[in-house]
Amino acid sequence: MNSIALKMLFGDRAKYLMLLAGLTFSTMLIVQQGSIFWGLMMWSQSGISNINVPVWVTDPHINQVEEVKPLADTAVNIVRSVPGVEWAVPLYKGVQRARLADGNFQQISLVGLDAATLLGRPSVVIAGDIQNLRIPEAVALDQEAVKRLGGPTRMQVGTVFEINDQRARVVAIVDVQKSFQNIPFVYTTYQRALSYTPPERRKLSFVLVNPVEGVTPEALAKRIEHETELGAFTAEAFGWKTISWVLEHTGIGVNFGTTVLLGFLVGMAIAGQTFYLFTVENLKQFGALKAIGAHTGMLARMILLQSFTVGIIGYGIGVGLATFFGLTAGKGGALPYMETWPLLVGVFIALLGICGISSAISIRKLAKLEPAIVFRN
Amino acid sequence: MPHSASLHDSDTQTLVHVRGITKSFGEGETRISVLNGVDLDVVMGEILLLVGPSGSGKTTLLSVIGGILDADEGEIHIEGQSIANLSPSAKTRFRRDNLGFVFQQYNLLPTLTAGENAAVPLLIRGVPKKPAIAQAADMLTKLGLGERIHAIPSRLSGGEQQRVAIARALVGEPRLLLCDEPTASLDGDTGHKVLEQLQRVGRQSDRAMIIVTHDTRVFEFGDRIVHMDDGVIHMVQRHGDKAP
Ligand SMILES: Nc1ncnc2c1ncn2[C@@H]1O[C@H](COP(=O)(O)OP(=O)(O)OP(=O)(O)O)[C@@H](O)[C@H]1O
Ligand SMILES: [Mg+2]
Repeated sequence: MNSIALKMLFGDRAKYLMLLAGLTFSTMLIVQQGSIFWGLMMWSQSGISNINVPVWVTDPHINQVEEVKPLADTAVNIVRSVPGVEWAVPLYKGVQRARLADGNFQQISLVGLDAATLLGRPSVVIAGDIQNLRIPEAVALDQEAVKRLGGPTRMQVGTVFEINDQRARVVAIVDVQKSFQNIPFVYTTYQRALSYTPPERRKLSFVLVNPVEGVTPEALAKRIEHETELGAFTAEAFGWKTISWVLEHTGIGVNFGTTVLLGFLVGMAIAGQTFYLFTVENLKQFGALKAIGAHTGMLARMILLQSFTVGIIGYGIGVGLATFFGLTAGKGGALPYMETWPLLVGVFIALLGICGISSAISIRKLAKLEPAIVFRN
Repeated sequence: MPHSASLHDSDTQTLVHVRGITKSFGEGETRISVLNGVDLDVVMGEILLLVGPSGSGKTTLLSVIGGILDADEGEIHIEGQSIANLSPSAKTRFRRDNLGFVFQQYNLLPTLTAGENAAVPLLIRGVPKKPAIAQAADMLTKLGLGERIHAIPSRLSGGEQQRVAIARALVGEPRLLLCDEPTASLDGDTGHKVLEQLQRVGRQSDRAMIIVTHDTRVFEFGDRIVHMDDGVIHMVQRHGDKAP
């Protein structure tokens, strides 16, 4: 009866295409919006993920990674004295101004790394050598900075420009995850970063920490908080803290949540409606099947097969379209687009839910159907 | 089984044994009683025509005998099996294994070919698709539809569609065939031809048919004509008897 069920489905071209369109649209919308949302969230905590160290130490009241609450320089040594710390290095982070060749200014996110270790340096180097950051005036640009500061023909390894009226020489070009505010990253050493910035009493943004072997980042963060006045977070916890801050303080969550819910409801409405119509229109035929000796369980299996078949096809096309969108519109990180498997699994489950509920309505109708209706004309 | 003894008491074997069937619809004020004590026996090999005015309860009786509607009172045995005592799912299985149905409105699945439609009862029984379709094609060929096996219902004439429905009813070799006005949607000539084919292919010594009809021109196909009125049988004619 399975092939019969499928022929019933595919044979009714108009309704099949309607169902397919509804489920495809629904899947595409949810996957696309979900991926953009997640891409944005990844951007929002790129300040953490780009650095890639296990534990971050800073002011205990910090809300998110882009908000810098400077510490006194002594914090590095205080953290180093906590047992379980393998290494602890300073990190400077702050928005500064770079001057372009044409005299215009461009905001940059200046990152100062510990000169001895360069811990927290970007892992993808496109041109030059990141180790050269240690030579005088050296900085590394991310690709966004290259673009904003004059383009790849002007900004190359060896190019000299100014940050806050002081010379900076490009020694490397790196590739990192964009930030939420979309301010380009410029890397240098910690000491040079301080020299680029106006004098202030406290300039240390973060202390980056690695635990000794056998100590988990979680345990070490707890211990640092316990033994110092400082706040300590694992990279993961800090990332989530940042994401939830962004969700709380922007309309992004509500915005995307609404669209995703809408996608779900539209899919549900179209699929449920069409499927129900399909069942009601074939009610006499289903009644005939019942009279002939098909029990409700068999009809239910047919309905489920029909709905999940069209659901899975719609899912495939929808994910395909959304991915195509992501690959074209989001090329080279132009758009925040991050299609993750938990999202795909989630959407798949949502879709199964849509199909399940749609078929449940139809199955209920069929279960109640009296086969005696077939004799009524 | 109280009636099993009577099944073998003559050279004709009783297939359907109906006693004291009543059935009403609705409650209180709106209650109408449709069957008021129907007794009926149908023997193997017989074609029985059920006739009577509109609303006399013919369809209701057929539904009750076919186990798709429960009677209020009375007994129905088919091949000695009491239908009323079966659980709903056993009843469904009983219909699947023993009964064939033909409806006025054909009720074919619109997106399936004639062959697939006719094969449905076998598929429901779990016969694999290939042999089921082959058997259905045989049956369609016997009914003169050998050329139309791959056509979908909307491409077939009414008479052809009804013959597909008859093939579907006969393909599973049912013991009892129940037909409700099988020719009512067809013009006179076509209806006559369809019934002629139905009785030619369907008449078997170990099978019986009950056909509800208004069409006096098909009376020649019946071995007995049972007249119903107001929910009771008030006259039975044997083939060749003079019309009243
Ligand atoms: N499910 C039902 N609910 C209420 N009344 C019903 C139902 N089924 C049949 N009836 C009533 O029972 C009576 C007999 O109906 P039935 O269909 O058995 O008559 P019939 O002899 O087949 O008539 P026709 O020749 O018009 O088909 C009619 O008055 C009909 O309205
Ligand atoms: Mg009727």
